[in-house]
Amino acid sequence: MTEFAIELIGISKRFGTVLANSDVSMKIARGSIHGIIGENGAGKSTLMSILYGYYQADSGDIKVNGQDVRIRNSQEAINLGIGMVHQHFMLVDTFTVLENIVLGAEGGLVLQQGMEQAREHLKQLNRDYSLEVDPDAVVGDLGVGLQQRVEILKALYRGADVLILDEPTAVLTPQEADHLFRILRALKEQGKTVILITHKLREVMDITDGVTVMRAGTVVGNVVTADVDKEKLADLMVGRKVTLKVDKAAAKPGAAVLDVRGLGLTDERGVKLLDKLDFQVRAGEIVGIAGVSGNGQSELLEVLAGMLEPTEGEIRYKGEDLAKTRSGLPKAAAWRRKGIAHVPEDRSREGLVKAFSTFENAILGYQGDKSLSRRGLFSRKALLARTREFISQFDIRPGNPLLRVGLLSGGNQQKVVLAREIHANPDLLLIGQPTRGVDIGAIEFIHKRLVQLRDQGKAILLVSVELDEILALSDRILVMAGGQITGEVSAEEADTVSLGLLMGGHKH
Amino acid sequence: MEQLFSLLDSTIRVATPLILAAMAGMFSERSGVVDIGLEGKMLIAAFASAAAAFTTGSPWIGMLAGIMASVSMAMVHAFVSVTYNGNQLISGMAINTIASGITPVLGLAWFQQGGNSPQLPDEARFHEITLPFADALRDVPVLGQVYSKLISGHSILVYLTVLIIPLVSWVVYKSRFGLRLRAVGENPHAADTAGVSVARVRYISLFWGGVLCGMAGTFLSVYQTGSFIKEMTAGKGFLALAALIFGKWRPVPAVIGCLLFAFADAVQIRLEGVAIPGIGQIPSQAISVIPYVLTVLLLAGFVGRAVAPKAIGVPFVKSR
Repeated sequence: MTEFAIELIGISKRFGTVLANSDVSMKIARGSIHGIIGENGAGKSTLMSILYGYYQADSGDIKVNGQDVRIRNSQEAINLGIGMVHQHFMLVDTFTVLENIVLGAEGGLVLQQGMEQAREHLKQLNRDYSLEVDPDAVVGDLGVGLQQRVEILKALYRGADVLILDEPTAVLTPQEADHLFRILRALKEQGKTVILITHKLREVMDITDGVTVMRAGTVVGNVVTADVDKEKLADLMVGRKVTLKVDKAAAKPGAAVLDVRGLGLTDERGVKLLDKLDFQVRAGEIVGIAGVSGNGQSELLEVLAGMLEPTEGEIRYKGEDLAKTRSGLPKAAAWRRKGIAHVPEDRSREGLVKAFSTFENAILGYQGDKSLSRRGLFSRKALLARTREFISQFDIRPGNPLLRVGLLSGGNQQKVVLAREIHANPDLLLIGQPTRGVDIGAIEFIHKRLVQLRDQGKAILLVSVELDEILALSDRILVMAGGQITGEVSAEEADTVSLGLLMGGHKH
Repeated sequence: MEQLFSLLDSTIRVATPLILAAMAGMFSERSGVVDIGLEGKMLIAAFASAAAAFTTGSPWIGMLAGIMASVSMAMVHAFVSVTYNGNQLISGMAINTIASGITPVLGLAWFQQGGNSPQLPDEARFHEITLPFADALRDVPVLGQVYSKLISGHSILVYLTVLIIPLVSWVVYKSRFGLRLRAVGENPHAADTAGVSVARVRYISLFWGGVLCGMAGTFLSVYQTGSFIKEMTAGKGFLALAALIFGKWRPVPAVIGCLLFAFADAVQIRLEGVAIPGIGQIPSQAISVIPYVLTVLLLAGFVGRAVAPKAIGVPFVKSR
């Protein structure tokens, strides 16, 4: 036995013309926590998919405990003691924890016996790693933090010695993330090997023993965590210095553009999704809404954009009650004409039609614009001209207006949406998850652009689950939990601890 | 009393093929494959079994042929919707269309009786079975009557169906296959990462669905009418599907749904031509609409929200 649990030697993988992994090598010591860090599209997930048997490498070797192996499917990976916790949990919501765990490893044609053995084994694992999971709870009723622990249990139950976690903290509150890290440390103490895929520098610094930094499909550094600092890692990751903070002058807020009073939304089951919200967004300021996803932020955006009908309360835009708008248009369209622009959270579902070309997407929602048509028909020339303008202003790549928008990277898709929404010169910009699935270069660009808009006197309501983003951009921060605003913090006094507490539902 | 017994007796008779088809639908839909082809599979099985029984003179060979015909259709459905991720509704629709087209064509070519099969001779049909002591117990009040008139005197297929219901229930909830079946229908990605082959589970489910549909079709032609008649399934496959939804894709409630529909059907037959005091004779058209109205009512709101298997109708495409 060598001291390495996993060795990857010269792994390459090509998808069509894209080289996702190019000659990637790394050694992961047994009983360590190893971070793999890199931007979106750096090839981290592809590499782990190869290790877990979803893909076959075009070339290169994998060694597990010093032995050469070939991993052709996930079952073979499991047999080699490799377990994976996916970013999107692979659980059956209607099943109990126990059923989820035995699925695929039932031990016999009849369930009963295997289930009882699993229950015993589970008790043991629960104790060893203080996972605190009830085996008879229905998974769909559990919170994300617990569901994640079910995933970990699933892997351990199958005898995993190496546990791969793909962006595990993306959906967790800071407190839940801390609990996860305690579990990971316990795993390490028991001699398990943990591979942590992430793009969060802080996590890597906190918990890992070694780090592999990837960029554009290649390894740009294999380092011992203790020997580096955040700045050094960030530098390796993007290949240039990144301003982790957005440079911006102090806000000069003007009159209230958006004034929300007692806004509430109750769904058909009587659950309060939004509970008596009161807040304002003034001209020339960015108000950030922080919170773990699923606490009402999405609904708030949709209500403000006119997509959902609130059950109570009032939305005033520049002093006018929006509910009284009469125009014969659907609300979302009518409000948009008044100068409320909306960059939706899920751009592929609500912001774009992926099968349409870039130039068609560039005018969606603004197709009524007189300057785009002649004698009632679209002027192709005008559409293309506008799209080219967007492409040059926002550095959208590839810069071909005729290309299907679904072929663009996440960052470039987001730029198309943003360019479109800003073009009409709105007074209020509602923007959800502006940089989800967007690479670091584009993040920087989008952030700068938002600050620029603010400085032009626009009111911006920003919803994001990325705390760092909220902290970097907002002038004021509102925290939502359980459909309520649990607190307001100014940008200067905000820190992750206080925000984390508010996000967990602790009121000021 | 006589009236009630005969009403319940015909309920059982009508319910049996519905139950078999509903159980077939449950296997495939629980695995995540929409199965509107129940109707067609029943029809083609009814034809194949009648034809084989007529030719060989054995109802059992007839049933085997019916099952084989139905299973081959089910495998076409599996091939389209599992192997090639095709549209499951269209594939199911195609099965129905093929079945209603090919059966009269082959019937005409083989038997020259307008697309129907000849009346099966007695030895080529399934018959009522009189259970032991049924005659002796005929005069014992209540229990004896229930035994001799209701429980005894059905086809072997009815008794098989009675055994199949708990078996299906056990398989779905208590066996390894059942756990995988439910997982694949709810979240195939979860099943896949747990090392369960989604395609394999779906193929097996559709296979057993085919077997059960084959039995249902055989019941209609080789037992009930004693011959194949064009379009003889007359919407029974869809009724079974409705019962399945009514039962929220669970075996026992689905069976109850089938019994309910069958009971309505039996009542309808009984009411035809009967004058009701104060109203007079109800037009037969109004009466024959009862089962369908019941279907609409039950599905429209009576049962509450039917929560389908989450992955139903969605082809499984492996992702990372």
